[in-house]
Amino acid sequence: MSTSLFFAQLLNGFQLGVLLFLMSAGLTLVLGIMNCVNLTHGSLFMMGAYFAATVYGTTHSFALAALAAIAGTLLLGLVLERVVLARLYARDHLYQVLATFGLILFLNEVARIIWGQSPIFMNVPDALSGTIDLLGLPYPSYRFAIIAVGLCVGLALYVVIHRTRVGMLIRAGASDSAMVSALGVNIKLINALVFGVGAALAGLAGLMAGPILSVQPGMGDPILILTLVVLVTGGIGSIRGAFYGALIVGVVDTIGRAFLPTLLREVVDRSIAQAAGPAIASILIYLLMAVVLAIRPEGLFPVKHG
Amino acid sequence: MVATGFKAIAAAVVMGCLPLVAQAQAPLKIGFISTLSGQAGSLGQDIYDGFMLAIEQNGGKLGNVPVQVLKEDDQFKPDVGTQAAQKLIEKENVSIITGVAASNVMMAIYRPITEKQVFLIGSNGGPSPLAGAQCSPYLFIASWQVDGLAEVMGKYAVDKGYKKLVLIAPNYQAGKDAMSGFKRFYTGPVADELYTGLTQPDFSAEIAQIAAAKPDAVYAFFPGTLGVNFVRQYQQAGLLKTVPLLTSGVVYGTTLPALKETALGVIGGQFWAPDTNNPVSLQFVDAFEKKYNRIPSNFAAQGYDSALLLDSAIGKVKGNVADKPAFMAALKQGSAKSVRGTLKFNNNHVPINDWYVFEVARDAKGRVSLKTIGTPLKNHQDAYHTQCTMS
Amino acid sequence: MADRRVTLRQGVAAAILVGLGLVPVIAWATGQAFYVTLVSRMMIFALAAVALNLILGYGSLVSLGHALYIGVGAYAVGICSYYGITNGFVHLAVALGAGLVIAVLTGLVCLRASGVGFIMITLAFAQMFYFLAISLKQYGGDDGYAVPARSAFGALNLADNTVLYYVILAVLALVLLLFHRLVHARFGMVLRGCKSNERRMRALGFPTLTYKLIAYVVSALVCVLAGVLLANLTRFVAPSYMQWTVSGDILLMVVLGGVGTLMGPVAGAVVWLSLEELLTSFDLGLPWGIDEFVRNHWLAVLGLFVVVVTLALKQGLYGVLVERDEARR
Repeated sequence: MSTSLFFAQLLNGFQLGVLLFLMSAGLTLVLGIMNCVNLTHGSLFMMGAYFAATVYGTTHSFALAALAAIAGTLLLGLVLERVVLARLYARDHLYQVLATFGLILFLNEVARIIWGQSPIFMNVPDALSGTIDLLGLPYPSYRFAIIAVGLCVGLALYVVIHRTRVGMLIRAGASDSAMVSALGVNIKLINALVFGVGAALAGLAGLMAGPILSVQPGMGDPILILTLVVLVTGGIGSIRGAFYGALIVGVVDTIGRAFLPTLLREVVDRSIAQAAGPAIASILIYLLMAVVLAIRPEGLFPVKHG
Repeated sequence: MVATGFKAIAAAVVMGCLPLVAQAQAPLKIGFISTLSGQAGSLGQDIYDGFMLAIEQNGGKLGNVPVQVLKEDDQFKPDVGTQAAQKLIEKENVSIITGVAASNVMMAIYRPITEKQVFLIGSNGGPSPLAGAQCSPYLFIASWQVDGLAEVMGKYAVDKGYKKLVLIAPNYQAGKDAMSGFKRFYTGPVADELYTGLTQPDFSAEIAQIAAAKPDAVYAFFPGTLGVNFVRQYQQAGLLKTVPLLTSGVVYGTTLPALKETALGVIGGQFWAPDTNNPVSLQFVDAFEKKYNRIPSNFAAQGYDSALLLDSAIGKVKGNVADKPAFMAALKQGSAKSVRGTLKFNNNHVPINDWYVFEVARDAKGRVSLKTIGTPLKNHQDAYHTQCTMS
Repeated sequence: MADRRVTLRQGVAAAILVGLGLVPVIAWATGQAFYVTLVSRMMIFALAAVALNLILGYGSLVSLGHALYIGVGAYAVGICSYYGITNGFVHLAVALGAGLVIAVLTGLVCLRASGVGFIMITLAFAQMFYFLAISLKQYGGDDGYAVPARSAFGALNLADNTVLYYVILAVLALVLLLFHRLVHARFGMVLRGCKSNERRMRALGFPTLTYKLIAYVVSALVCVLAGVLLANLTRFVAPSYMQWTVSGDILLMVVLGGVGTLMGPVAGAVVWLSLEELLTSFDLGLPWGIDEFVRNHWLAVLGLFVVVVTLALKQGLYGVLVERDEARR
């Protein structure tokens, strides 16, 4: 196993983690602050990808595509919040799960009505279509762009949440929303803001994933599951938890897939390794989550109260 | 003359509502079960579109008998598929069921259908047990046996003289079957065999391994969405220019619009391609493009071929499909009209035909399509037909 | 229970059970045998939903992994049949035994978490077994395995669809009766006590974890039964039986019908699967191709229906009736 390959795989894991972070950041706030399980987050990701692919297909401008994805999902998120989710904040998690599950079915089908069943095309912008030489291995520059965007977003969120007044209110809302509301803060507005930003981040993730993944109805569902795994592993309600959770899940998943079958081959018979290696690799993140939950039910980086 | 013609058409149209009008002219009911919703839905839709095109060209008839097609969505779930089959047989009394895009649904429904002595015309890849020991006189695979996809690429790799290959497929039965099918013909050294998750969206880890292994070529089996993701990421990693990509189930009519020029140069293999040169195929591609405004996929061709097979067999028994031995014999004779030239069945009711290799390239109109570059397997018989006890 | 008059809720509950009992008779009289298998499948999912409701409705444990146990039951039948064992009692013993071991082990881990953590950890276990089933090559892997014949229970001929129908109905009725007794006994009281305030129950000296674990295992075992019946009905087992969407569907049926009510999950399952059947063969003769549109995009209609029901009916379809009764009392 060469060092450059290991390094490239680490980078791959990092990049998947960053993409997952974009998804988890919004969801963790919605869950933490509004205590609302929002399964439509995956659908917003899908819509972001569709908006981006459509605009990119007609204008060939990645900037316009980005604008469409972010603004489009922001708007869609606000509408969903107003029409459906805001009515469910006071109710049990179960009904939020039920209603948002219904919305997933609905939005997937809407995508199918508008864009058809088959996947649609979106390419990497020309400036990022090349590869960068990484100690002898070619590495796509677009993946570096994903990492850069994710880190910038992470940094921006950190600054907003820890250094501004809005951020303070959001943090306060996460630990005790009733108290914040009693102090005269317009919690409704904060909710809408957080939900909108979360939706826009999902849209951004969709935009970045558009050229890598096939843009088609239902593309958000597997990502949604991964995002939930990240949240539960990292701890719900904190950006920090989402960030580290996403990186851990991304790296464990990638490294597991890359090296576990080879490692097993050293220990056991080749045919057994070939059968068991990929099987274990594909459940590795679930195993990780189960272990984390069994040891620390609150996740690795829970919100600190009080 | 005009009056009787009109009566026949009217009967075909209103028969569903008024079963008492004229029993003799009741349209022949054909059940169509396929995956029409969800992620795998585009395959089922393509098969359906191809099937209906043939019926439309025949003026609503197959074998000179008016037909009524009853469509059922199996949602990619075997239990929903069995339920749909039961509904078609017990409620609608169909004697022919066709379609079936998903192999898990196929495995679930073939027994309940064939046990009731209803004819099942599979329009998509036939799973190996059904071509071998579990073959049935009531089951006809009007498309191909799944392994052919991999075998033709294995033969192609041998013909090209590749010496060192990396094989990659999802970690499930079809993926493993593809690997063994490939190695049935390619017996050279394999640098690595990689298995990926079945719902895995990102292949960066595997692609990095391929880049590090520096093989002569890569063989990949990735059906549907997985293939789109894999080809894009392979191309973005710059490997498509240096390491040829041989594929099964990756590039075809429904994935090419999502891949476009990123897939240029990818090699694939099938029993048919849009440029397959015979009168039936050329006419089919033309009519399909006119009607649906897209290049037909091989799935659409399979649907069309299933209809042509039924057209020929129903015609031979003059519409009397209730005479099961006669209809069975008629189906077994295949069809003189087929997108592959002629459709000829092996003892296990799987076609014997040529397999082509094609490259993703621009067609005469500048669209990204498939260009046939060779025929590695001629009159190919699947590997399982000897296990089938039918003669 | 001073009021002896039959309420609307009791009327509906009785109507559902009597209706289920009459289905084969009506189907036979009208020559539509297909409805027997359609309703059989509804009752199997109703059974699974009733099972989930035990921990969801009375213990507030939201499991998104109950399809795992359907899979365990189905695969027990499949794997036994693969090795030529056709005896139904052996199938049942293997299924329940395997279910018991898996439920106790995973239950001990899962019950450490709560809330969203519990949802996710149950999902995680179900996913692990789903991927395990896909890698079971000799039992068909992803494509699944066609069971040659239904389980043999001596004189009871399950090969007859009507017999199988009444067996499923009997199992469903027995489970309903058992759960009715269970939730009104001390066990149910403790379970509901845990739901409203677990710390207090612990302070009162109840071993709450044991109670919750027992509820979880009983619920899992009933799902295993549903799996055994599903494998018999379809004569097929496949990993897709334990896909997470199946767990989601069961959860939906419970909530749609009414959480924490006895008949709610049954109503939810019947309504959900009937809607699926109605919408996929939608044909009301509406103009402008609406029929065709609904048939093609029925999932959108179903999704909207779920959203509207959630927003409009706070307690689910059947739960509303329960609420009405309680308001009157």
